[in-house]
Amino acid sequence: MCGTCGCGSETNGPTILKPGEQPHQHSHEHTHDGVHFHSHENDTHNHEHSHTHKVLEIEQDILQNNQVLAARNRGYFEAKNILALNLVSSPGSGKTAILERTLVDLKDEIPFYVIEGDQQTLNDANRIDALNTPVIQINTGKGCHLESDMVYNAVKKLSIKDNTVLMIENVGNLVCPSMFDLGESKRVVIISVTEGEDKPIKYPDMFFTSDVCIINKIDLLPYINISIKKLKDYALQVNPKLQFFEVSATKGDGMEQWYNWLKKNMVKS
Amino acid sequence: MHELSIAMGIVKIAEDEKAKVKENTITKIELEIGELAGIEIDSLNFVWESAVKGTALENSKKEITIIPGKAICADCNTEFFLENIYDSCPKCNSNFKGIIQGKELRVKALEVI
Repeated sequence: MCGTCGCGSETNGPTILKPGEQPHQHSHEHTHDGVHFHSHENDTHNHEHSHTHKVLEIEQDILQNNQVLAARNRGYFEAKNILALNLVSSPGSGKTAILERTLVDLKDEIPFYVIEGDQQTLNDANRIDALNTPVIQINTGKGCHLESDMVYNAVKKLSIKDNTVLMIENVGNLVCPSMFDLGESKRVVIISVTEGEDKPIKYPDMFFTSDVCIINKIDLLPYINISIKKLKDYALQVNPKLQFFEVSATKGDGMEQWYNWLKKNMVKS
Repeated sequence: MHELSIAMGIVKIAEDEKAKVKENTITKIELEIGELAGIEIDSLNFVWESAVKGTALENSKKEITIIPGKAICADCNTEFFLENIYDSCPKCNSNFKGIIQGKELRVKALEVI
C-alpha cells in the first residue's frame, strides 16, 4: 500500500534491498483508477431491501494487522533463539554509529544480522555491509516508521541462523515508531546528549515503550550545558523500568557495559 | 505522520467488513481513540480526506469517541485519570503504574445501508 496517498501502488511503497541490489523500476504514472469504488448513482437496478440503517459492531483494533504479524515475528525469533532489538531514536542520535562500533568489537563473539530502515538510500546498509555483516535495507519511501510486515519480509530475505542477534535500526523518528511493534525482543531507545534533557517528556511514548535507553555522545559533555541526571530523571518519570547505558560510540567510552548487557540477554532470550 | 497509516488501517477494516456483509454504502464509522494512544486527532482529521478518497469511506460520517487515560498505581493501588503517560500517582507520587484505559485505537462500529 502506498504510504503517500494510499492508492495501492507499489511505487511509493517500502522497498527491501540488499547492498548492491537494484530496485525494480516502476513507472511513475500510476493512476487511482484501479482501486476506486463506484457510486451507485447510475445503477439501474432497484434495491428490494429497505433502506434502514444497520449498525455493525466491529470492535476491531486498528493496529491489529501489525500486531498479528509482530506476534508471528516474535514467535520466529524465540524459536530460533534470536535476540531481536528494535533501535529507535531521533535522526542523528548515533544509531548507526553504535551499531558499527558494536559489530566491529563483538564480531568474533556474536553473529549479527542487521535490518536498516530509512526513507531513502542504501547508505546505512552499505556502512554495515562494509563490516561484512549480513544486512537488508528497508526504504519506507514516505513512510515514517517500520511496520511488522516489512520486518517479516526482510527477515525472510536474510535467512538468519539460530542463536544470533538481529539489530533492527528503525527510521530516525522519535514519535511514530513507538506505536508499531515489530516483534522485537527488546526496544532500545537512543538519545544523544546534544538533544537536551527534556526529550523524554517531550516525546514520552517512545521512552514509555522502550526497555533500554542508551545515552550517546557523552564525550561531548564538556562542551554543552546538560545534566545527565536530569535527563535520566525525566526518562524514569515516563518509564521507571528503563535501564541506562552512557556511551560514546565514536570514542568507545561505556560500550563495555552495553556489550555485557547484550551477551547476558543473548544467552537466555 | 503515522496518522496516515492509521487512517489507511481504518479504511482496510471498513472495506473488509463491507465486503463481508455485501452492503452498498457505509454511512457512518464510529472510532474509539484513547487519549494515551499516541494519535493526534487533528492530524487524523487532516489526513482523513485524502486517506478515504476513492474508498468505501469516502462519503461516510466519522464519529470519534475520545477515551480518557486512566491508570492504577503499582505502589498504593489508587486509580487515577492521567493526561500524559508520565503523570505520577496523585496520592503517593509513584511513577510505577499500569495503564488501564486510554490506549484504545478501535473501529467500534459501522453503519451501513
